[in-house]
Amino acid sequence: MPKRTDIHKILLIGSGPIVIGQAAEFDYSGTQACRVLMEEGYEVVLVNSNPATIMTDPEVATTTYIEPLLPATVAQVIEREQPDALLPTLGGQTALNVAKALHEDGTLHRHGVELIGADYEAIDRAEDRDRFRETMARAGLRTPRSIIATSLLDVDRGAREIGLPMIIRPAFTLGGTGGGVVHREADLEPMVARGLEASPIGQVLLEESVLGWGEFELEVMRDRTDNVVIVCSIENLDPMGVHTGDSVCVAPQQTLTDKQYQALRDQAIKVIRAVGVETGGSNVQFAVNPRSDEIVVIEMNPRVSRSSALASKATGFPIAKIAARLAVGYTLQEIPNDITRATPASFEPAIDYCVVKWPRFAFEKFPGAEPGLTTHMKSVGEAMAIGRTFKQAFAKALRSRELDSLPVSPDDDDALLDLIARPGAERFDHLLEALRRGHSVATVHQRTSIHPWFLHELAELVESAGADSIASSPGGERRGEFAGGLTFKSVDTCAAEFAATTPYYYSSWERAPAVSEVVRGDRPSVVILGSGPNRIGQGIEFDYCCVHAAQTVREQGRDAVMVNCNPETVSTDYDTSDRLYFEPLTLEHVLAVCEQEAAGAPLEGVIVQFGGQTPLRLAAGLSAAGIPILGTGIDAIDLAEDRGRFGALLDRLGYQAPPYATAGSAEEALGKAPGVGFPLLVRPSYVLGGRAMEIVYSLDGLRDYLQRTGHIAASRRSPPGELAMPAEGRHIFLDRFLEASIEVDVDALCDADGGVWIAGIMQHVEEAGIHSGDSACVLPPHSLGEEMLEQIRVQTTGIAKALGVVGLLNVQFAIHSTAGLHVIEANPRASRTVPFVSKAIGLPLAKLACRIMLGERVGELDLPGPDGTRAQGAGHVCVKEVVLPFDRFAGADSLLGPEMRSTGEVMGIARDFPTAFAKAQAAAGLRLPTSGTVFLTVADGDKTAAGGIATTLHDLGFEIIATRGTAQALSRMGIPARAINKLGEGSPHVVDCIERGEVDLVINTPVGTGARADGYEIRAAAIARRIPCITTLAGGVAAARAIAVAARGARPEVISLQELYTDRAEVS
Amino acid sequence: MSSRDATAYVLLEDGTRFDGLACGADEAAVGEIVFTTSMAGYQEAVTDPSYAGQLITFTYPQIGNYGVSEEAMESDRIHARAAIMRAGVDRGDAAGRGSIEGGWLAWLRDCGVPAITDLDTRALVRHIRDAGAMRGGVFPVRLAEARARELIEAEPAMGGRDLAREVTRTARLTLGPTARHGNDGPRIAMIDTGVKRSIVGNLRSRGATVELHPCTAGAAELLAGDPDAIFLANGPGDPAALDYVVDTIRQLVGRLPVYGICLGHQLLCRAVGLDTYKLPFGHHGSNHPVKDLSTGITEITSQNHGFAVLGPGGARTIDVDEPVRWETDFGAAELTHINLYDRTVEGLTLREVPGATVQYHPEASPGPHDSLYLFDRFVDAVRSAGADRIGGSPRGRSSGNGEDN
Ligand SMILES: Nc1ncnc2c1ncn2[C@@H]1O[C@H](COP(=O)(O)OP(=O)(O)O)[C@@H](O)[C@H]1O
Ligand SMILES: Nc1ncnc2c1ncn2[C@@H]1O[C@H](COP(=O)(O)OP(=O)(O)O)[C@@H](O)[C@H]1O
Ligand SMILES: [Mg+2]
Ligand SMILES: [Mg+2]
Repeated sequence: MPKRTDIHKILLIGSGPIVIGQAAEFDYSGTQACRVLMEEGYEVVLVNSNPATIMTDPEVATTTYIEPLLPATVAQVIEREQPDALLPTLGGQTALNVAKALHEDGTLHRHGVELIGADYEAIDRAEDRDRFRETMARAGLRTPRSIIATSLLDVDRGAREIGLPMIIRPAFTLGGTGGGVVHREADLEPMVARGLEASPIGQVLLEESVLGWGEFELEVMRDRTDNVVIVCSIENLDPMGVHTGDSVCVAPQQTLTDKQYQALRDQAIKVIRAVGVETGGSNVQFAVNPRSDEIVVIEMNPRVSRSSALASKATGFPIAKIAARLAVGYTLQEIPNDITRATPASFEPAIDYCVVKWPRFAFEKFPGAEPGLTTHMKSVGEAMAIGRTFKQAFAKALRSRELDSLPVSPDDDDALLDLIARPGAERFDHLLEALRRGHSVATVHQRTSIHPWFLHELAELVESAGADSIASSPGGERRGEFAGGLTFKSVDTCAAEFAATTPYYYSSWERAPAVSEVVRGDRPSVVILGSGPNRIGQGIEFDYCCVHAAQTVREQGRDAVMVNCNPETVSTDYDTSDRLYFEPLTLEHVLAVCEQEAAGAPLEGVIVQFGGQTPLRLAAGLSAAGIPILGTGIDAIDLAEDRGRFGALLDRLGYQAPPYATAGSAEEALGKAPGVGFPLLVRPSYVLGGRAMEIVYSLDGLRDYLQRTGHIAASRRSPPGELAMPAEGRHIFLDRFLEASIEVDVDALCDADGGVWIAGIMQHVEEAGIHSGDSACVLPPHSLGEEMLEQIRVQTTGIAKALGVVGLLNVQFAIHSTAGLHVIEANPRASRTVPFVSKAIGLPLAKLACRIMLGERVGELDLPGPDGTRAQGAGHVCVKEVVLPFDRFAGADSLLGPEMRSTGEVMGIARDFPTAFAKAQAAAGLRLPTSGTVFLTVADGDKTAAGGIATTLHDLGFEIIATRGTAQALSRMGIPARAINKLGEGSPHVVDCIERGEVDLVINTPVGTGARADGYEIRAAAIARRIPCITTLAGGVAAARAIAVAARGARPEVISLQELYTDRAEVS
Repeated sequence: MSSRDATAYVLLEDGTRFDGLACGADEAAVGEIVFTTSMAGYQEAVTDPSYAGQLITFTYPQIGNYGVSEEAMESDRIHARAAIMRAGVDRGDAAGRGSIEGGWLAWLRDCGVPAITDLDTRALVRHIRDAGAMRGGVFPVRLAEARARELIEAEPAMGGRDLAREVTRTARLTLGPTARHGNDGPRIAMIDTGVKRSIVGNLRSRGATVELHPCTAGAAELLAGDPDAIFLANGPGDPAALDYVVDTIRQLVGRLPVYGICLGHQLLCRAVGLDTYKLPFGHHGSNHPVKDLSTGITEITSQNHGFAVLGPGGARTIDVDEPVRWETDFGAAELTHINLYDRTVEGLTLREVPGATVQYHPEASPGPHDSLYLFDRFVDAVRSAGADRIGGSPRGRSSGNGEDN
């Protein structure tokens, strides 16, 4: 059946900001879908609020809206664009939920927009837990016993009919949000309440537990003539009870017999037919009883998912691409398999290797958070490894995690065995240690319910690695394998049955003659190092840059070679580069790739600037091995990263930096602190993404910090959630903390002749002290004078030249109210803001930087104007806002600080700052209220400034409630404010009010440790009820202005990037 | 873990050698080296009589994960001559799901079947894919290469080999239905050229009584039990070497409905005057898409054959998705199924006499169940007396359990 000609314009919805449970995989799938639909000649209209995506590059779709993913906004786009169809299955749960809302409110019907891929009924049958259960029953399939709860009145019945432990599963949520396992009677009601709250339709399933059963997933595709194929099976090593996103997984499944596997396959096919997903990919999850053949269906996701991205990368079968073609009418057999070219897509990949996926966690960022793993997802990223055997793949995956420090197991065996009995981020590390100490497979199985097959393999792996840690040295991969060598094999979807044309490789240890399968022509190759698993501080932004680098390298006549191990990303799409090596980013793996690439034709060099800190860390080792580093040299990298050297450089240039000192011990730190001056920003030297950074206000505060971070041994073991650091070579950095300063981020391009072009100057909304990755920022700066901007340009240029940067440079400044401009740090690499700036100014910074690294000069790049901010013109303002994962980490303080904790970002674009800010807030999921009650509590120093905010809000008709001190201050300024009890002052207090839903906006600026502890409960309550909670004064001011604009009833217009850039061209 | 030095090797007739570790019976094995891409079902594979005379290379590296069990037996013994693996394991003690009865490697050893692991199977498979299936063997390292070469030379080539005679039964056996479907299930006479248990099982579970005959049985013997239809089984070797069976079938075509699977398909085709040829490296796996031309639906099929039937006009492949026709000695034959991987013939039906065949394995075991509907079609067609045509009625898709999807 050929493609449909009755539709011309297709609307695609992306998944928005990266959040736990919904990450880069939807950029991968969405980008594939856009490209395919464009290739097929359709007009594609895309809406996504996340600028750090390849899919929002202006050439990927016909029309691109970086706008909030809210039904009302998407409805505006529909009104404007009048698309014929909406494809909702490629943007995760977000797109599905928006599409559902637009169907229900009649928008789709009114504008004649057809849902393609999955229709409303199918979405509802799959996502509504009640309907799903019924649908399964009708298809003759088993699900665990359950009842549906739509209110707390159902709790008793649940307790009676289901019993404990019980699984709580909200409908229409993602990553298990709001779900959990109830073990104790007392937890039942609160957990059901939380689930009801999380479900957009207020529905949860109270379900019989099948904890400990095996968890399996099948990726299914169906076309409109009812052909069905199973792309891949995935087995979770962690049994039921740990969310699949948090589980270590292997593909294909390992422990089922053919008969058992075929039974799952038959059921998966029945599920997709019963739910009625007409075309595209779905994911079906099963639990299998380890003691019998009993199978129950857990759920089906009627859309592409994290697992389908994993399955695509694991098999070479591009699920999203094919799903998009199926949605416009093709059948599976009409679509060729990209990899073999010779065969159609209507087949099931046969693979001849093992794939292991490992989640990447960030618990160390959320001290106080409940550390266990359960049915709602907590991991922030994942790494995938391919090996010829399970052991090879597992050992590679272990190393792909790029942990800053490896978990330390307790010496006591009982404590160790207790640890592995509870699912946790470090469980497998402890489990390997238990096996290493000689605990039997039976013992470990009894504690973990992990299938003995895996445990046997792991025991052998541990044994063969001997004294080496599998997690940190290549020993585990190689030892116990054989003399022979490391060679490269290809991923070909067919286990070598047909010749493959797509160059997608992985390394494997094989017996001699270990002949490599890599084929290459004679163009020189450029190796681009990716950024590994997503983690807080290093996310999709870097992958975006790597993809741009690959595109540029190809355009410039070289072979682009990508090395990365993150299955979620566009960079690991085999289409992105000329050759993809799916490998851990460790020195020996990268060197092996370089050696392979240097064989036969020249290796021009390696690009380390785009993958965040990961490749930078490898630069010295690569260079020592004689591999050319393209762009900024390793000495310049060291110059920027070494505090002492960089400080001296700034001195020489005459630029101000906060006073600082370096201490080699706790005593030294305490001695030097007064000289630097309080408040102090303290951090250990190995810091990444602001890890373990804190502001201290006194010597006592410093002593406390040093104790908590293990610099002063308080007890032998560091407390949970803290880092176990190596004792040697530790330094402590002390910086004077610049209070009440405006932070500014600059991205610049620099060439080998000292040519510099300032691409963007971003002013942060929050003041310095909130990690740049966690603060909102505005481009162009909304309140800096031309003189200050010029000073920033001059200093950025000076630093670029002095460092000798070739490529991208990011500089962070703080502008102190009296002491003026200070340099905080310089990163000689692509920064997190590159995609945002690129989208704002309409120029692809990473691509331009890549051209510079390949030899061009700034002057040759045809750049408009003296800098990007001016090139952007006066036409529009862009605001970046972040999203924070506190709702996943019950117990952790939601206060922002110098340690980065956000997972993703969104962009708001408008003609003026308040509107752009309001859009960014809305896109980040914080809808600013236009009326109601605001709760205000600010530190003494902030009270005057808070008056301005309060006035604005009062004039708009808000009721203001405040803690006593703030209320008094406001009254003195003539603003009526009702005083309310603090927590300690007895009920009814502020948290009661928030919990009763009487507060619509919280503005709470804490200072010092005392206020932090007090504000904790307030912020926690606000987050739990999803009430916007603003913790800085600057944020409060911006919010008040944005509310004022919204209150005027102006519906912010939607603007496409393409219009924006045309406008800009006209302005300049 | 001490030395991982090679203790066994695979040698091919063209001199290519791959090293590994001996892990089965400590002997040499020679025959035709083939590969299967199925990711599970290793026990079903080695006990499938169609693999007689062949050494199986498993492209999936992890083999043996769930041990062995009686229910996975496709015949009463191992027919493959050896197993060649990348990571074969013996996990008989892995208290897993279902009914594990022993470890895989231990079982191979007990059955006297050589096996080799830790071998770069992908390199071996790529070699076979490019050079074609060939003779070769698995040898312990103590056996010199020169001696190994002699053993390989002494092994006859697959083309022209009658292996069915080696795997067939000696005496007739009648097996009743395992489930009742209506009153009298059909009676089916099967020429056992090496039939898989699951084929017989699928017929019996649909109410059929199955008479299994040695492959040397003549037409009279086959008709003696008054069967409603003749079934031609799968089996090993070259169909061209089985003229005695072909002659028998020729006498039956037109008298009774004749149905065939795999080798049986090739034999029926030869019996009506069509020709077969040897594929470069055969089809062995569980993922080939086959299109049913009557419904337009693609089935994911289980495959295990080294020979195929030539299309009309002697073409090896058919470029259109249409029911093209052959002229046979018994009137027209029409293509019903085509392989979407390499566009070879996967099934046909005789238009003027009752008869239909498929090249692939609807009984799966191992592999997907997409094609079990063919057994329904067949048994229904045979049952409805006077049916003049089988295999052609589009029934939609339904699973073998008769449940609707
Ligand atoms: N009945 C159950 N017993 C035990 N664990 C369960 C049960 N149902 C779900 N789970 C666990 O919870 C996880 C999340 O549930 P799921 O419904 O898949 O959420 P989501 O839709 O967010 O993926 C599953 O991956 C599984 O490990
Ligand atoms: N001296 C300082 N005064 C005020 N704030 C600072 C100072 N140094 C750092 N910060 C704040 O801490 C954040 C993180 O510091 P930075 O050095 O940029 O760490 P990272 O390397 O993790 O990006 C900055 O974004 C800034 O908000
Ligand atoms: Mg799930
Ligand atoms: Mg789900």
